[in-house]
Amino acid sequence: MAEKKKIAPEKNLMPAQDPVERARNFHEVALGYSEEAAVAEANRCLQCKNEPCKQGCPVEVDIPSFIKLAAQRDFKGAIKKLKEKNALPAVCGRVCPQENQCEKYCTLGKKHEPVAIGRIERYCADWELANGVLPQETSFPNGKKVAIVGSGPAGLTCAADLAKLGYQVTIFEALHIPGGVLMYGIPEFRLPKAVVQAEVQNLKKLGVDIQVNAVVGKFATVDELMGEYGFDAVFIGTGAGLPHFMRIPGENACGVYSANEFLTRTNLMKAYQFPDYDTPLRIGRKVAVLGGGNVAMDAARTALRLGAEESWIVYRRSKNELPARHEEVEHAEEEGVRFKFLTSPTRILYNGDYWVTGMECLQYELGEPDESGRRRPVPIKGSEFTIDVDTVVVAIGQGPNPLVPRTTKGLVCNRKGNITADLETGATSLPGIFAGGDVVTGAATVILAMGAGRTAARAIDVYLTE
Amino acid sequence: MYKVLKKEILAPSIKLFEIEAPLVARKALAGQFIILRVQDQGERIPLTIADFDRARGSITIVFQEVGKTTRELGTLDEGDCVKDFVGPLGVPSHIGNFGRIVCVGGGVGVAPVYPIARALKEAGNEVIGIMGVRTAELVFWEDKMRDACSELRVTTDDGSYVRKGFVTDVLQEVIEEKGDLALCVAIGPPPMMRAVANLTRKFNLKTVVSLNSLMVDGTGMCGCCRVTVGGETKFTCVDGPEFDGHLVDFDEMARRAVIYKPQEQRALDLYNEKGGQKCQCGCGGE
Ligand SMILES: Cc1cc2nc3c(=O)[nH]c(=O)nc-3n(C[C@H](O)[C@H](O)[C@H](O)COP(=O)(O)OP(=O)(O)OC[C@H]3O[C@@H](n4cnc5c(N)ncnc54)[C@H](O)[C@@H]3O)c2cc1C
Ligand SMILES: Cc1cc2nc3c(=O)[nH]c(=O)nc-3n(C[C@H](O)[C@H](O)[C@H](O)COP(=O)(O)OP(=O)(O)OC[C@H]3O[C@@H](n4cnc5c(N)ncnc54)[C@H](O)[C@@H]3O)c2cc1C
Ligand code: SF4
Ligand code: SF4
Ligand code: FES
Repeated sequence: MAEKKKIAPEKNLMPAQDPVERARNFHEVALGYSEEAAVAEANRCLQCKNEPCKQGCPVEVDIPSFIKLAAQRDFKGAIKKLKEKNALPAVCGRVCPQENQCEKYCTLGKKHEPVAIGRIERYCADWELANGVLPQETSFPNGKKVAIVGSGPAGLTCAADLAKLGYQVTIFEALHIPGGVLMYGIPEFRLPKAVVQAEVQNLKKLGVDIQVNAVVGKFATVDELMGEYGFDAVFIGTGAGLPHFMRIPGENACGVYSANEFLTRTNLMKAYQFPDYDTPLRIGRKVAVLGGGNVAMDAARTALRLGAEESWIVYRRSKNELPARHEEVEHAEEEGVRFKFLTSPTRILYNGDYWVTGMECLQYELGEPDESGRRRPVPIKGSEFTIDVDTVVVAIGQGPNPLVPRTTKGLVCNRKGNITADLETGATSLPGIFAGGDVVTGAATVILAMGAGRTAARAIDVYLTE
Repeated sequence: MYKVLKKEILAPSIKLFEIEAPLVARKALAGQFIILRVQDQGERIPLTIADFDRARGSITIVFQEVGKTTRELGTLDEGDCVKDFVGPLGVPSHIGNFGRIVCVGGGVGVAPVYPIARALKEAGNEVIGIMGVRTAELVFWEDKMRDACSELRVTTDDGSYVRKGFVTDVLQEVIEEKGDLALCVAIGPPPMMRAVANLTRKFNLKTVVSLNSLMVDGTGMCGCCRVTVGGETKFTCVDGPEFDGHLVDFDEMARRAVIYKPQEQRALDLYNEKGGQKCQCGCGGE
């Protein structure tokens, strides 16, 4: 049995591009396991009977079973097992914050490094992409129509599940390419766009109709989708796309970007290939990114790749509180991103032409724990200092876009503007209208959004068959 | 793909396209705009809805060729397609019966002001139209404007047509002549809108301007289009594009409009070097 075999204390390494080289290109950083490494890693798993890892996964992937199949080199079986719970394993294997989820609860992690569940998951998913996607089981068309608003992970998953159940599904997406944050936010070097588009192609194979350039609330309201357009149910998965700003003086100066703008220009519009692509982006010599999450890491690493000499993360708490995935923080450090902790700006300085010339900041220290359980950063009086930067990227969070709530009468939202939905079903205050993903929870994770899409698909099926 | 149903050259470097976009046409209202992308590697650019035909399912846009994208757009012919076309975006003009109104269009701004003037007149207002262009050959839609307004005054900067003078000269005359104006709507190049706002402020005449800040998504997601209005940050694409002209920080707006000037020039130069051709994505004519 498992106890008898000798367990390597550390994860099998995943090869990565050389930090110096990759810091200047947009190719994927983490290169993925070889078959041998994937199998070796799978063999580290103890196959625990109580499956603690499974409880750490928000969608309860049957981790021991898929790993067991991978260890036997039955990758077809492994991917099938994965897909029972997770519609986008190629994406989740790459971007899940595993250290806070599945891997956090891994038994091995008590004494050694946990099993690299995400890496094995990625290997299996990439194996499938390379070897041809398994045919998906679908039901007979049932003649009922469902509209999905937004094509992020929540919308994509909801659409796939409903299509498999025989529904006629149409996705309406505001932008010109489907995928949501997976396309416009998370950079190519972390999540290749071809991986996302392969998932989108799968959906099309299932018969899902994807209408891009379709802003719900503008070309049609949710009520009109249910009325004139003849849909029997609507799922709202519009995400958390509204950028927050600091509300400090100088924030509208030239050279200040929201992370959304900075990343959208780069990823969706491919500004890194200007002038082959028409959309420009201006990168200064010294870039400061405000915030400490995945979005901030992505922006800081993107700035380096676009040619910045210095790229700084400016974060008001300390390193321990950084909310970004560990792997991203490590990668950022290796690439040369620098950190100013316990620092927050009070004012952005600019010249007569409105271009950024610097940022005035305050030094902070950690005080008592706040509601989130993290120690609250408190400013130190008189500690003002200026940092010399010419580009500022604000990555302090996003709220829900109010377009759909504002145009949907009777749709109940909370104080922050998030749609109120039953977490068990995705049902909103309106009959036939369901919601899930970031628009309900606030900015969260891919896997949670996906799980919400799946939950809602099940509930929509129940609602429409009753 | 969105087909060009009709193409007209209104004046040198000013073109009109009627584009097939039934879903947009169903809902379009005066004051709103669309965002289009000519081809797969293209930029998303905003253009005001100059007219719409719900029955034909089409939107009319009028644009001035100022840079790479508008130049490339201008090479399309009837039957060609643009890759992406999204709308109607922005808040429609507030249309009501206010009384006597003046609508000012400057340059290519005549096109966006036209549907607003028409809607205001249909709502029962007396609409005095003012259109001003640099020189005679840039005059377009004079007849349409005459129909849309109760009265139309035309001016050219150089006096080559009708009279010499800026729109602000004519506006001042109208204000002094008519006195009891309820509203002024002004659309044109930002310096013109600023000049109009400065003038009407003196007369306490409420003035609406339509801003053309740089944009990416047009749905409130990126913040690229932010402007300061009355000391508050607003997103032109979702809070506007129309704002109270007396409260807009035109200085900031002008600076933000030229953020990418060097890159825009480079893109245009490269495009011209390559012969200024139609898009290469293979969509043409389909
Ligand atoms: C830069 C960045 C990095 C991230 N990194 C990670 C990570 O490493 N790991 C992780 O787990 N999570 C990460 N996240 C978070 C994760 O991407 C989101 O939680 C997830 O994408 C939410 O999915 P969603 O389907 O709810 O919405 P989104 O992905 O936001 O998709 C919503 C879609 O709806 C469309 N839409 C909006 N309004 C309308 C409308 N009115 N009509 C039509 N369409 C509309 C939008 O254009 C968009 O395409 C990151 C987020 C960002 C921004
Ligand atoms: C809501 C809105 C409605 C608009 N309606 C119209 C319209 O009906 N007809 C029309 O001709 N134009 C309109 N514009 C302006 C139009 O979007 C720009 O002319 C276009 O984006 C220029 O693209 P380009 O690649 O050809 O030129 P670029 O190379 O991008 O720019 C060339 C020059 O135009 C200026 N410019 C670039 N983008 C804009 C912009 N968004 N607004 C103003 N100036 C800009 C630049 O500063 C530069 O000097 C509108 C803009 C907005 C925001
Ligand atoms: S989906 Fe994410 S949390 Fe679940 S097992 Fe896979 S990597 Fe872990
Ligand atoms: S907890 Fe870790 S070792 Fe145990 S079954 Fe899960 S992955 Fe394997
Ligand atoms: S254009 Fe992106 S928010 Fe207005």
